[in-house]
Amino acid sequence: MKKIAIIGAGPAGIEAASILASHDCEVQLFEKSADTLSNITDKAFLFPDFSSAQELANKLNSQLLNDKIKVILNTEIVDIKKDNDDFKIIDRDGKTYVADKVLITTGYNVFDAHRKEELGYGIYKGVITSLDMERMIRHKQITNSIGEEPEKVVFLQCVGSRDEKSGNHYCSKVCCVTAVKQAIEVRKQLPKAQIYVFYMDLRMWGQGFEELYREAQEKYDIRFVRGRISEASATFDSRVQIKSEDTLIGQPLKMTTDLLVLMVGMEPSKGTRTLAENCGIAGPYKFIASEGPHTNDNNTATEGIFVAGTAKRPMSIRDTLTDATAAALEMLK
Amino acid sequence: METSNPYFSPFVLPFVLGAIFLLGICVWKFVRWFKHFDRLQRAIIRKNLLSWKIIPALWEMFREGILHVRIWRKNLMLGYMHSSIALGWFMLILVGFIESHMTPASSHPFWMAIFYRFFITTHQTFPGAQVLTFIMELMLIYVLSGILLAVVKKIYSRILGMKKTTKHILIDRFAKAFLWLIFPLRLLSEVLAASRFQNGGFFTGFLGDLIPPSNEYFLLLSWTLYSCALCGFFVTLPFSRYMHIFSELLLIYFRKMGVREKSERTGYTMYELNACSRCGMCIDNCPLNKELGHNDVQSVYFLRNLRQKKSPIRVADDCLMCQRCASDCPVNIDLMAIRQQERNKHEMDTADNYGYLDTVQPFNAIGRVGYFGGCMSHLTPGVPEAMKAIFEAAGQKYWYMDEDRTMCCGRPLLQQGFNRQAADLRRKLTEMINKSKITMLITSCPICYQSFKKEYKLRIPVIHHTEYIAMLLKTGRIKVRKDDVRTVYHDPCELGRGCGIYKEPREVLKATTHLVKAKQEKEDSLCCGINLGDTLLDIDQQTLIRNAAFQNLMYKHPDQIATACPMCKKAFAHASEFPVKDIAEIVRENLK
Repeated sequence: MKKIAIIGAGPAGIEAASILASHDCEVQLFEKSADTLSNITDKAFLFPDFSSAQELANKLNSQLLNDKIKVILNTEIVDIKKDNDDFKIIDRDGKTYVADKVLITTGYNVFDAHRKEELGYGIYKGVITSLDMERMIRHKQITNSIGEEPEKVVFLQCVGSRDEKSGNHYCSKVCCVTAVKQAIEVRKQLPKAQIYVFYMDLRMWGQGFEELYREAQEKYDIRFVRGRISEASATFDSRVQIKSEDTLIGQPLKMTTDLLVLMVGMEPSKGTRTLAENCGIAGPYKFIASEGPHTNDNNTATEGIFVAGTAKRPMSIRDTLTDATAAALEMLK
Repeated sequence: METSNPYFSPFVLPFVLGAIFLLGICVWKFVRWFKHFDRLQRAIIRKNLLSWKIIPALWEMFREGILHVRIWRKNLMLGYMHSSIALGWFMLILVGFIESHMTPASSHPFWMAIFYRFFITTHQTFPGAQVLTFIMELMLIYVLSGILLAVVKKIYSRILGMKKTTKHILIDRFAKAFLWLIFPLRLLSEVLAASRFQNGGFFTGFLGDLIPPSNEYFLLLSWTLYSCALCGFFVTLPFSRYMHIFSELLLIYFRKMGVREKSERTGYTMYELNACSRCGMCIDNCPLNKELGHNDVQSVYFLRNLRQKKSPIRVADDCLMCQRCASDCPVNIDLMAIRQQERNKHEMDTADNYGYLDTVQPFNAIGRVGYFGGCMSHLTPGVPEAMKAIFEAAGQKYWYMDEDRTMCCGRPLLQQGFNRQAADLRRKLTEMINKSKITMLITSCPICYQSFKKEYKLRIPVIHHTEYIAMLLKTGRIKVRKDDVRTVYHDPCELGRGCGIYKEPREVLKATTHLVKAKQEKEDSLCCGINLGDTLLDIDQQTLIRNAAFQNLMYKHPDQIATACPMCKKAFAHASEFPVKDIAEIVRENLK
């Protein structure tokens, strides 16, 4: 019976664990925090079908009810060492675990919006991130900085993605459609609000995304402005003033809004960066590099160490689950 | 009469002709450059020509032109090398002149001191003769030891603490070859003379005793070669880097009189260009050299290009204007001003519309102090927000000049050669400040600070917010508590090297937090890379420079970076896992 270690109990880790367990592998699933699926349970609804994030989390968690899966919470893995035919998996306290093969599913963190100080996150209360917005939507409490119902909500795309100043040249892939999804949610809860989305490009790549974008404009009266926001400042009544340019008509513009929502991109999580570095499998931006762009996308440069999900690059949940399935099958070979 | 002169031999001719040539060329050049001084510069010279300022000028000419004190301070070996050649040679000329004039002789031609041991073949008995001989021998050893070090530096510069040395052009190599030959040939000539006439001192006499008495043929050949080496050096000198020997002295004199660079090239600039000895001390610490391998843009090459009248515009533009080289330059050449002069020639224009300037209304300020955040502070809103809180805590009424309508101080435009636009902005801001009746202007951005201080002609004091906060703390208008976060301070180029503000930021940080040292700081601090001086660099190159500066700050493993410039703050925010704060923000957090 194969002994498998999976690092990170997100959607990829859980999906791969359940497949491997059903193929008679003994799985140890490590999670650094006290709970699984924290990057799903902080969402309210999922694109493109507005299904409940909590339901998906429950479904995935139920797959863990298997004798062959041992979930080890509150354990941060910092290094993986090859030891003859085995791997030694070492946690922060120096405790080691043994496995035949390892799957890294350490995932992403969102970009720290404090780093784009010009947008005023952490300085002006009216500036929030897409995660804060997700929480507001879930609790049905969308409020401005003084606790009132906002008259205007502005979403800004590409915060920490496609941004050479912050060092992230890549596209985080999911923020475009997430903003459309959130804008529609806001419209459902605030029928009278003015809602704007500032973007560079809208990359509606997935099935149903383009339709959602069209619906947002036609049915939900959400206005899309092509332009980045250069700076935010506070007004005397604690609202947020933004400076931008509508690049389709070539006009600079100033706008005052109650809420400025920063669509923060994906960065490799701390666990991803640590393992990428310590195992010598770091790729661009300290994500973990897979072997090939077309084939062997779940293999790493070290034989026996596999990778799946957003530890490799930004992905949607659907792509992450597919990738985890592929990784599990690869490991069974 | 000449031919019967006992102190003449045909071999002195190369030296004499070379010296006359050198004198002629130097005088011609110096006069020509002086004619190109502008009216103000000439008026300053006329006014101060014979004032008391001449005393410090002479002192510095001796200190820097002969002793090279600044190089000593930077690097002992280099200091020894440069001063041995300068001071040693100077002493050989001076003491040789005294020696030859004290010698009882029918005439004292000026070359007699140079070829003394050939013409004076007996031990002299005039008072002090032995002392003079002793000094002459000692100085010759001193110079020769310097030449030896120079040869070592040429072969392996790291022994003398230099990673890279200047790549010299042909004329400089020739001149250097002659210079290096002069003193060994002098030694050889004096040793041969000593072996023949027994007129050597403790060193040449000792060496002369080791060899059989030389015949006249060898003796003449050696002295001729010595004279020829001198001639070769003199003829190449005005066209090589050794022109710095005289130019530097005059430059120091003019500078002490109060002459400064202008926005375009004047005769004074020519003195500065020629005062560069191409020692190459500006190369090693240039971030463009260290991090990016741009090895032909450093000040030494930039000045040489200008002197040779070929200045690729790329070289003038590929510079961070971080002034690190200026702090390393032993001649204190105003390198930034000269680079700026070249950039000013761009006469850049833009289609940008500055018409909005007329719609900005001058404002009658409520407070007695004005606060100017600057464009960059608008990109770091934490800084002006902290300043607002500090003004409030100090009970200071203030006028936030550019809170709503941002206006540029003009310096970034000026640095790229948009002179007219920068002047427009300066005019408008000056008008606003004058009408507002504020009595002091406080800026948060060191770029604006340097601009208001040096490029504007304001009638009120301009201070940076770190100076202001230091003043508030000193006078007790705000009270702070001290935390124990290990904080390292990054000196912004424009505030530190640009305006000399090193003390106040540190005072404030010592009062509020636990200050630790960076590896290189103050005058030696490193540029954060994300600056406006060099528009040729792309973000990846800037990031490499930033990372080097970041590593420099990590020397004592701090838990927090403090800086006093919004640009530096933004630069490090993307490199650091832990907080990067402006001093104003740290003070605000610790307000009691």
